[in-house]
Amino acid sequence: MTTDRSRAGSPGRRREGAAHIPPTRGRQASAWWRAQAAAWGFLAPVVLYLAAFYAYPLYRNIDLSIRSYTLASFVTGDAPFAGFANYVSIFHSSTFAPALINTTIFVFVSIAFQFAIGLALAVFFYRSFPLSGTLRALFLIPWLLPLLVSASTWSWMLNSDSGIVNSFLQAVGAAPIDWLTSPHWSLAAVLIANIWIGIPFNLVIMYSGLQSISADIFEAAAIDGANGWQRFWRITFPLLRPVSAITLLLGFIYTLKVFDIIWIMTRGGPATASTTLAIWSYQLGFGSLLPDFSSAAAAGNVLIIIAVIFALIYIRARNRLETT
Amino acid sequence: MKRRSWWLTAVGVLFTAAMLFPVYWMINVSLTQTSNMRKSPPNLIPVDATLQGYSAVIHQQLPYLGTSLIVALGTVVVTLALAAPAGYSLAKLRPKGGGVLNFVLLIAQMIPAIVMAMGFYTIYIKLGLLDSVWGLIIADSTIAVPFGVLIFTAFMSRIPDELLQAARIDGAGPIRAFLSVVMPVSRNAVVTVSLFGFLWAWSDFLFANTLDNGAGLQPITLGIYAYIGNNNQQWNAIMATAVVASVPAAVLLVLAQRYVAAGVTAGAVKD
Repeated sequence: MTTDRSRAGSPGRRREGAAHIPPTRGRQASAWWRAQAAAWGFLAPVVLYLAAFYAYPLYRNIDLSIRSYTLASFVTGDAPFAGFANYVSIFHSSTFAPALINTTIFVFVSIAFQFAIGLALAVFFYRSFPLSGTLRALFLIPWLLPLLVSASTWSWMLNSDSGIVNSFLQAVGAAPIDWLTSPHWSLAAVLIANIWIGIPFNLVIMYSGLQSISADIFEAAAIDGANGWQRFWRITFPLLRPVSAITLLLGFIYTLKVFDIIWIMTRGGPATASTTLAIWSYQLGFGSLLPDFSSAAAAGNVLIIIAVIFALIYIRARNRLETT
Repeated sequence: MKRRSWWLTAVGVLFTAAMLFPVYWMINVSLTQTSNMRKSPPNLIPVDATLQGYSAVIHQQLPYLGTSLIVALGTVVVTLALAAPAGYSLAKLRPKGGGVLNFVLLIAQMIPAIVMAMGFYTIYIKLGLLDSVWGLIIADSTIAVPFGVLIFTAFMSRIPDELLQAARIDGAGPIRAFLSVVMPVSRNAVVTVSLFGFLWAWSDFLFANTLDNGAGLQPITLGIYAYIGNNNQQWNAIMATAVVASVPAAVLLVLAQRYVAAGVTAGAVKD
């Protein structure tokens, strides 16, 4: 949105500026510099902020990952240079493979369900009916609640002995499940909670995507005799493809970062059954009495690299959406 | 036709009820007697409800709530002060290199908080900012500032140029124009950014748990976490705290519903 405008807009700005200023070369140039100084003056706080509170922490993180830091190093200030040794050791760690696999499953299963349910609900709410606006607003609640609140509620609902979910399973004659403590189920348990939290986001974005499709198209299709199913697969879905791409990519990036829900519900356990890269990085750095900041930073940086790759794809998709 | 749409409403209510069941369950458990907590099957409605969970909140959690409020409001102030001028510049003043900054802001949103927390920890341990409200406000603001700049840029680029030209003709410099023309008409953006900044800071657990985990000032998320971590079986008190911690979200949803939807979409897709 903004990148495009500044690209297309800058010649226009010069023309507009020229109208106000006598056509002396020097005056025009100095006015341009003055305007730029004002523009960057307004940007200066945010630029300094990004340098101090984004770039510097990230730099520190890279520094951590290529040295061997201990708690004592923070006091004494010396940590021997280790090069890529920390990265090599996390790649060889017995937790790396499960963490990577769990992250992949967690991300893709979460997104698949969130998106499918969100889209289905968006299509449902698109046919406006009495109360549809209010109900749609209520759907936002899970997304607005503090993650810690949602996670602890799900913990209790999925409790082996006293949880409502197991009571329900027993009532319908199924065996109860040790959701949070069984290595076979803990990843499923955190997935259920995470899908629940992500549905509203997908619903809102896909709904706004639907609204931008002209109603005439649906009318024309209805007149041509297309039924609801055909209208969805032949018209709605293809037209939603750009918005879908963005929703999916954003979902990917957000899900990659998920920490609170898993940490509260299972702490990544039992053993590594629900450990993702984000959880693992936290465990290494803050999860024990003997923190290994250097390995934690290395694991975190692997996470950043994955996130940035998808961020670049997202930006490409977004720019393409704007040019169409 | 009319009958058909009421049928849709019924289905919609059913979907919403299913979606909100966990929220209902949280409230139900918060009102349950400790002695009924392990009852099988659990009471589906709060029969012989008790407020003992809520009285525990009032006795034990009020300082946490106060810290959360201060941190969340501080985050809103920091975010607005940084993001509004930046949005104005990117939307209207066309700085050379603004595109690069936009790109950096988008990437910044993608960085996992766990990585930021580690970086902040190493810096704060040196500066002595661990366990401080300011340290937490700065860390929490990193979630909201990039989003805030994008929202302000999107909203402010819709301000007609004529308005700014009129201000310039009246002799207003860029700062005057920003304060007395741009800001007053950007109320919606201010509300949207404040709302999300507040909610994110209020809900933050990761930064609080890594940077503010010592004694003293802790936000409500750590209050709940401490409850759970102590192997405390008083789930009515835990859920009562959770309900209280959810109040800001509920209030904001009622008061500012349209800003929420606007924020979700504007942050993700073009407006």
